[in-house]
Amino acid sequence: MSTSKYETVIGLEVHVELHTKTKIFCGCSTEFGAPPNTHTCPVCLGHPGVLPVLNRQAVDYAMKAAMALNCEIGDVSKFDRKNYFYPDSPKAYQISQYDQPIGENGYIDIEVDGRTKRIGITRLHLEEDAGKLTHVDGGYASLVDFNRVGTPLVEIVSEPDISSPEEARAYLEKLRAIMQYCEVSDVKMEEGSMRCDANISLRPWGQKEFGTRAELKNMNSFRGVVRGLEYEQYRQAEILDEGGEVVQETRRWDEAQGKTFSMRGKEEAHDYRYFPDPDLVKIHIDQAWKDRIRASIPELPDARKARYTAEYGLPEYDAGVITSSKPLADLFENSLEYTSDAKAVSNWIMGDLLGYLNSNGLELPQVKLTGQGLGEMINLIEKGTISSKIAKTVFKEMLQSGKLPQQIVEEQGLVQISDEGAILEIVKEVVANNPASVQDYKAGKEKAIGFLVGQVMKQSKGKANPGLVNKLLVEVLKD
Amino acid sequence: MSLFDLRLQEVHNRLSKKELSVTDLVGDAFAKISERDGQVGAYLTLNEEGARAEAARLDNKLAGGEEKGLLFGLPVGIKDNMVTEGLRTTCASQFLANYDPIYDATVVAKLKLAEAVTVGKLNMDEFAMGGSNENSSFHPVRNPWDLSRVPGGSSGGSAAAVAAGEAYFTLGSDTGGSIRQPASYCGVVGLKPTYGLVSRYGLVAFASSLDQIGPITKNVEDAAYVLQAIAGHDPKDSTSADVEIPDYLEALTGDVKGLRIAVPKEYLDGVDPQVKDAVMAALKVLEGLGAVWEEVSLPHTEYAVAAYYLLASSEASSNLSRFDGVRYGVRADHAGNLLDLYLESRSQGFGPEVKRRIMLGTYALSSGYYDAYYLKAQKVRTLIKRDFDQTFEKYDVIIGPTAPTTAFPLGSQVDDPLTMYLNDILTIPVSLAGVPAISVPCGFADGLPVGLQIIGKAFDESSVLRVAHAFEAHTDHHKQRPSL
Repeated sequence: MSTSKYETVIGLEVHVELHTKTKIFCGCSTEFGAPPNTHTCPVCLGHPGVLPVLNRQAVDYAMKAAMALNCEIGDVSKFDRKNYFYPDSPKAYQISQYDQPIGENGYIDIEVDGRTKRIGITRLHLEEDAGKLTHVDGGYASLVDFNRVGTPLVEIVSEPDISSPEEARAYLEKLRAIMQYCEVSDVKMEEGSMRCDANISLRPWGQKEFGTRAELKNMNSFRGVVRGLEYEQYRQAEILDEGGEVVQETRRWDEAQGKTFSMRGKEEAHDYRYFPDPDLVKIHIDQAWKDRIRASIPELPDARKARYTAEYGLPEYDAGVITSSKPLADLFENSLEYTSDAKAVSNWIMGDLLGYLNSNGLELPQVKLTGQGLGEMINLIEKGTISSKIAKTVFKEMLQSGKLPQQIVEEQGLVQISDEGAILEIVKEVVANNPASVQDYKAGKEKAIGFLVGQVMKQSKGKANPGLVNKLLVEVLKD
Repeated sequence: MSLFDLRLQEVHNRLSKKELSVTDLVGDAFAKISERDGQVGAYLTLNEEGARAEAARLDNKLAGGEEKGLLFGLPVGIKDNMVTEGLRTTCASQFLANYDPIYDATVVAKLKLAEAVTVGKLNMDEFAMGGSNENSSFHPVRNPWDLSRVPGGSSGGSAAAVAAGEAYFTLGSDTGGSIRQPASYCGVVGLKPTYGLVSRYGLVAFASSLDQIGPITKNVEDAAYVLQAIAGHDPKDSTSADVEIPDYLEALTGDVKGLRIAVPKEYLDGVDPQVKDAVMAALKVLEGLGAVWEEVSLPHTEYAVAAYYLLASSEASSNLSRFDGVRYGVRADHAGNLLDLYLESRSQGFGPEVKRRIMLGTYALSSGYYDAYYLKAQKVRTLIKRDFDQTFEKYDVIIGPTAPTTAFPLGSQVDDPLTMYLNDILTIPVSLAGVPAISVPCGFADGLPVGLQIIGKAFDESSVLRVAHAFEAHTDHHKQRPSL
């Protein structure tokens, strides 16, 4: 069995919650984490007689997101009802957009294995989120929380241009970065502010028609998306290898078991009976509105990456990693207001910072490091006030306390010893206490000096200026 | 003569002169209700304690000489599809038999602001679906002119309550004729405003693109007062028009000289001869006042009923989906799973006509049928609207009968929904076009009231009221009262 006989075709449907202050069709707060059903009103609870009133901020955000994804924005957009019964949907229809979405025909560029690939965006439309169901243990009851109902969402549908799970991940990362840069969403898959469903099919290489697809649901992390697609790729290839036929169906990814399971077949697919929502009027989008939103779009990740390589000489890879997350890129630029050594800033971010975040499972906003702290610390190293080794201690302290490096250095007495007299004393003492190494050195084993330097640094608790230590040792040993 | 036969201005004069109190007015309403409503069946819920307390409060205010609201002290009955906070609102459906709303409809808030006193909630066809009020899932309403006959519908309770003197005025809602047709059958004045003039917020939706709230009164002038109090833009209703509201009372000049009236020949075809005679006589009256009329054609009229039942039912099928047994209303006991909860709750809660329309609408919106039904019906709607637009290029108002017949006997059409649907043939095109129309009494046929329908341009309620008022001033049909 091998997947290499088949071309994989993937299209993604991504839902992104827009972080407006209030819901899309009523005045309730969209704040995450409030006690169940406290952010509700007759409108979002779907009581008899209520009517929706569109939140213009949600339209602004959706337009901004659509423009950032290079979509065309029509002059008229409208809302439609998507009818289905489920207890998380109080009206038993979702207000969504059917044939006149906010944006259409966009694209984003992704990089995989050093190659750039363009992925088409079919459409971006605006809709309301559903509530949240909790199934009580034992299955005797389900509880529903309507706080989330009516939170504005954009659904972003890609073309079937994605050819591997790795490309899917790159697409999602780029999409997340763009949404983050536009400041329209928190885009956190773990909190559900970004959600992804996938359509995947296989076909023999060279075949024009698409194979039969499966729709995957319930993938709650980037890793889950990649694993789910990998599993499904494998499952479908196995069926095809055995001469079987893939069934068109919706499948649920089970993270714990690492498998997908059939949820419902094609016959059970819903007929949503879309029709224009008569409670809402069409949105007429004039040029002035489009211009205003376009002007509000900040520099996006690709543009920043190009600037970082051109202006600061960062390697492509480093620039790519730093610009993949807006907080990282902002930290980078912020640091450069305090120091001019871009490469040093990049090294600290790529090395110590990302290492710390990854090993502790944290995101940048959860640590207290500031651009000023990082910039000033690099300056202290360059001035020789602290050694690179001491800097690692200072850096950790900055992550945890947010204090500025000067203060940390002073409080903890970490200033580098550059007083020749003081260092000379330690050097003499080390030379006196390590006759064997001294003899080795004098016998021509120049490497032995490394051990002696180490001893001096140890005795100075790492604070001795390593350059001076070296110079003084050589001088003393000459005698 | 009953207190409620006094014109609004006269009532307010007497209140000012202390010849009358709000307590008297409210007391009169409840006296009539207890005397007559056992026969008529107009009310579903009474607000007696609340109304009497409010009357006392208003009388105190009156004593203090403070400024009065536009509808000060007038006992009002509200159709039971407009939500009233804390006062049971059922839509005449078992589904909501115990539903106490958690907010007030915008019209209800406006009535409170105008200081009308809510007497109770009025019977109707379930969820406003019907033209005879026989679809109430509690009890039918009977026509005060002949208790063996229907009052019309769906605002049957609203029209019967005014005719029987059980409220000074009422609010109804009109989707395809539900204010005008019962007003016609009950010999009272009923106005359906332009779509978007009165807020729908808090009106339990039947067909969102057609529903409008309007007044039912004993005379045209009072209708103008009530409209003045309830019209206007509402930020809670995106479809409510942001237009300036004129002074409707100023429009009642009595002058119709040179008025150009269009009489669609399609509105006279197949109409009961006595109804037609009454309408022709009414045109004579207006002619005598200096108006001119001509026969015209609204060629798409014959498609209106079919288009309406597709569009209204499609919207209804979606609007009524929220009645799912999860949060309020009927909830089936012992449902084994979610699907059963839905099926059993909705089977128990909805009556046959509501189920019929939900099925019709669900079918019309289904994948593969949408273009043939819903979309085509929308196109017909556009053509019907164009018929009206073109007519209004040359004419000020369109006039015809409100309904093809007078009130029919209870039970005579319940088993024949298609015939029942045709009662609305003259009111439905107006609803599809979204324009305003009033029904005013214009005569009697075998002792039963006949209504004259006066249709105006969008947002030109002033002309509609002016013509109706001038006609009324020269006739006395509206002064006739049923003997109960």
